[in-house]
Amino acid sequence: MNEQKRQASVLQLIGRKFLNGLSSFGGTVILLGSTIRWSWRALWQRRKRKGHSALATQIVRFGVRSLGIVCLVQAFLGIILALQMAPALSPWGQQDKIANIIGVAGFRMLGPIFTAVVLSGFAGASIAAELGSMVVAEEIEALEAHALNPIRFLVVPRVVATFAMLLALTVIADLMISLGGYLTSLVVLGPRVSAMYWQRMQDQLRLRDFVSGLVMAGVFGLLISLIACHQGLRVRGGAEGVGRATTNTVVYSIVGIIAAACVFTAIFYVFGF
Amino acid sequence: MASGQEHPVVRVMNLSKSFEDKSVLRDVSLEILPAETMVIMGGSGCGKSTLLRHMIGSLYPDSGHVELLGQNINDLAEEQLNELRLKFGILFQSGALFNSMTVGENVALPLREHTDLDEQTIQIMVKIKLEQVGLRESIDVMPAELSGGMKKRAGLARAIALDPEIMFYDEPSAGLDPVTTAEIDQLITDLAKKLGVTTVVVTHEMASAFRIADRMAILDQGHLVKVAPKAEFEALRSSAATGDQAMDTIRQFLRGESQGPLTARRSSTGYEDDILSVV
Ligand SMILES: Nc1ncnc2c1ncn2[C@@H]1O[C@H](COP(=O)(O)OP(=O)(O)OP(=O)(O)O)[C@@H](O)[C@H]1O
Ligand SMILES: [Mg+2]
Repeated sequence: MNEQKRQASVLQLIGRKFLNGLSSFGGTVILLGSTIRWSWRALWQRRKRKGHSALATQIVRFGVRSLGIVCLVQAFLGIILALQMAPALSPWGQQDKIANIIGVAGFRMLGPIFTAVVLSGFAGASIAAELGSMVVAEEIEALEAHALNPIRFLVVPRVVATFAMLLALTVIADLMISLGGYLTSLVVLGPRVSAMYWQRMQDQLRLRDFVSGLVMAGVFGLLISLIACHQGLRVRGGAEGVGRATTNTVVYSIVGIIAAACVFTAIFYVFGF
Repeated sequence: MASGQEHPVVRVMNLSKSFEDKSVLRDVSLEILPAETMVIMGGSGCGKSTLLRHMIGSLYPDSGHVELLGQNINDLAEEQLNELRLKFGILFQSGALFNSMTVGENVALPLREHTDLDEQTIQIMVKIKLEQVGLRESIDVMPAELSGGMKKRAGLARAIALDPEIMFYDEPSAGLDPVTTAEIDQLITDLAKKLGVTTVVVTHEMASAFRIADRMAILDQGHLVKVAPKAEFEALRSSAATGDQAMDTIRQFLRGESQGPLTARRSSTGYEDDILSVV
């Protein structure tokens, strides 16, 4: 009897988690729709003084705060890649090829993905916490009561800012990961590798490596900010709800980032991009 | 005032609302006439704020509907509802200031977003509104640095920024000292009587309710149990108990007594069983 009950409640739990995930996904997609609609309208609107300053504030806040961490993380990644690849390549005397590997892996994948992961902690969590506390403090309701749409007013600037930030940070990330690899080859792997480093990278990299990384970064930016806004705005029940929203944002974002990276890599592969 | 021909400004029709399984409002109907001050009273958690939220269109009823200025707000598209929203102001129970902006910016926001006034005029308007609630010195202060009462007054300044035709107040004087309460009451009365603003106030401050009301409504367990002119409630309050359950309940509430049908109801159900079931 008890066993049966336990099984039923486990099933219930799984069912609830599944439905919850589904409603989060659906809600985020719907939010994407309204965000696009409101951004489109804002583009053609003449009076937009308020929107501009809100946007600038957001960009500065997320960008500046995460810049240092992004640089650090990416430099480490460059070092790790160089140190891990060098022994594997040395039996064939191909140690100088680490530049090719770091180029492709960094520009196409590690740059955008790890920048997005850092930003989901910085921007995503803080957006969710901020909007969540606004819900709790009745601020969202107050906005609506003043005929101000929370999507236009709160979501659009945050989504645009995160999107732009992630693109800019990814460019910096690409630089830092290459630099990390270069410094490692300079200090550890010897002059034969480091002398060829930039040349090898230039030979390897095409514009599409860079662009495909940026495309992914853009998608990650939308993903993080929309998940964060959605989780924040659906907060119910006080401080505890805000905490749950921030945690969910980071977890969902990271899963979303990796899943989206997989999908896009497959698409790029199929189309030879 | 109740001429019978005037079209009600706010009309709540057979409104019912439940949250999950909990029924909060049951078949509530209420009409509020132009320039009238209606005070809605009731115990904590009886659904007053929920009723107010339906009146401003931020909650959607399970059944029934709300009309504002002759329009059914539950049928309106977002854009039309927003146009209507410019004609009313609301003071939230917590003040609901935007915490990322200064007090002055809070008050300026509706003016910036919904009027074509230039920045200088807006600044003047903001100072006028803040002076009205006695907060002009706090114009550059962030909401987090204000006391509860000051937040409420700042919220009030923001609510009246666009000179609304209808004002909704959710507990405007809860948690304020007696003098500030009297000042806020005076402000509410001034807006209502001098400018003809139709006013809906939710409160459980008796003194304040009797000061500002034209009519009063009592909400109990999701039902509106009595809607009547203030004089009737004054008479009821000073009359002796009659044994009529409903009237005695209201009387107990009006007098704020600890003995009576209200409290009896709370303590009478299954206390012993409840205690014993623990063992
Ligand atoms: N969004 C919601 N979800 C679930 N339950 C809610 C929600 N809003 C209100 N309730 C419940 O509805 C009931 C009425 O709440 P409401 O805020 O309207 O009470 P109130 O009369 O304003 O009380 P108070 O005088 O304390 O402000 C409460 O029991 C509350 O728990
Ligand atoms: Mg309330």
